[in-house]
Amino acid sequence: MHEWSLAQAVVYSAIKYQKNNKLKKITEINLKIGELQQIDRDIFKFSLKQISRLKKITAKIKIKTEKAILKCRICQHQWSFSKILKKLNKNEAEYIHFIPEIAHTYLRCPKCKSPDFKIIKGRGVWIDSIK
Amino acid sequence: MDPRPNIINQRLKNIKTIIAVSGGKGGIGKSSIASVLALNLAKNGLKTGLLDLDFCGPSTHTILGINNLFPKEDKGIIPPEFEGLKFMSIIYYTGKKPALLRGEDISNIILELLTITQWGDLDFLVIDMPPGIGDAALDILKLVKKTKFLIVATPSKTTMETVNKNIKMLKELKAPILGIIENYQSHQFLKTKTESKISGVPILGKINFDKKFESAIGNTDKLLKTDFSRDLLKIIQKAILRHKNTA
Ligand SMILES: Nc1ncnc2c1ncn2[C@@H]1O[C@H](COP(=O)(O)OP(=O)(O)OP(=O)(O)O)[C@@H](O)[C@H]1O
Ligand SMILES: [Mg+2]
Ligand SMILES: [Zn+2]
Repeated sequence: MHEWSLAQAVVYSAIKYQKNNKLKKITEINLKIGELQQIDRDIFKFSLKQISRLKKITAKIKIKTEKAILKCRICQHQWSFSKILKKLNKNEAEYIHFIPEIAHTYLRCPKCKSPDFKIIKGRGVWIDSIK
Repeated sequence: MDPRPNIINQRLKNIKTIIAVSGGKGGIGKSSIASVLALNLAKNGLKTGLLDLDFCGPSTHTILGINNLFPKEDKGIIPPEFEGLKFMSIIYYTGKKPALLRGEDISNIILELLTITQWGDLDFLVIDMPPGIGDAALDILKLVKKTKFLIVATPSKTTMETVNKNIKMLKELKAPILGIIENYQSHQFLKTKTESKISGVPILGKINFDKKFESAIGNTDKLLKTDFSRDLLKIIQKAILRHKNTA
């Protein structure tokens, strides 16, 4: 349930955006959640709703999931996290859920076994736009 | 837009003093000082947290003998308590396995830890920093403006040259510096004269070489009884607790 802390970051960002841009109201927040972080969408949505209400934010929040793509820095091979997720045990997957970069501890390039890879996209929570 | 930087001040709002134990070189006693500093503060009844930001070589858990702990989740991550100390490290998630991390990964982990960790009310948060003014120091400077730097130096020519450069850089970056602790980390330093002459930065005190320190590692009772801890406690009373009262 640490999703709540990330949801709070989103709502606080929206409030800051509203202040900085002197907007009367924000009507829409567009979010991307990266697959690597394996956020529980329902808990995240619920937290967003609760915190928004508390902070008097009435914006509609749209959430898109982004596929996580990893790329080897040595052999340039690219792979998607969803394909290898089932190879991780429950703990390893959970550790990556808390801190996505922990992927560097438990994953290797499927082609050349290098630990030197890059998270190209689909890491975690990202605000695409606020209106 | 990355939402995480916007919540960090909120997360750290109820922490009175944040001290980053830093220093230009590797192996000069930063982690030992950070661990024993945090332990002493906690033993003195102060609400204390310890955050290990040396992701490539986390070692505060080893110094304190922390194992078999794991954070609980409640609106974030709750750092487990050990001997009255709230302890956070990536060691909970990596265990004995290494993590190969580039600069952007390090920045991301720092952002994530600061976003999700719920420290609650603290008098002190001690941060064990990796060596040098690198990604971690720059991120902490940028994200946690109230951090005060505690510089560790050994009285060797090579360390002092680097420490001098580090301090110049920290000053240019407008980082608050508490002062320098001279750590006689090796018996080789017993005969050297102190060379830590840096304008404007106070030398808070010195920790003598303690041949029993290594054997106290992993045991908090033993650690607290070391001369190392006694030397450090003097510095804490003179420079850190007093600082707190005037803050
Ligand atoms: N005053 C001292 N007396 C005796 N041994 C010491 C003293 N200070 C540090 N040491 C020893 O020096 C070694 C390195 O200390 P420590 O790990 O704290 O350094 P560090 O600066 O954190 O290193 P790194 O840059 O790798 O993080 C340890 O084995 C520790 O026991
Ligand atoms: Mg260290
Ligand atoms: Zn590869």
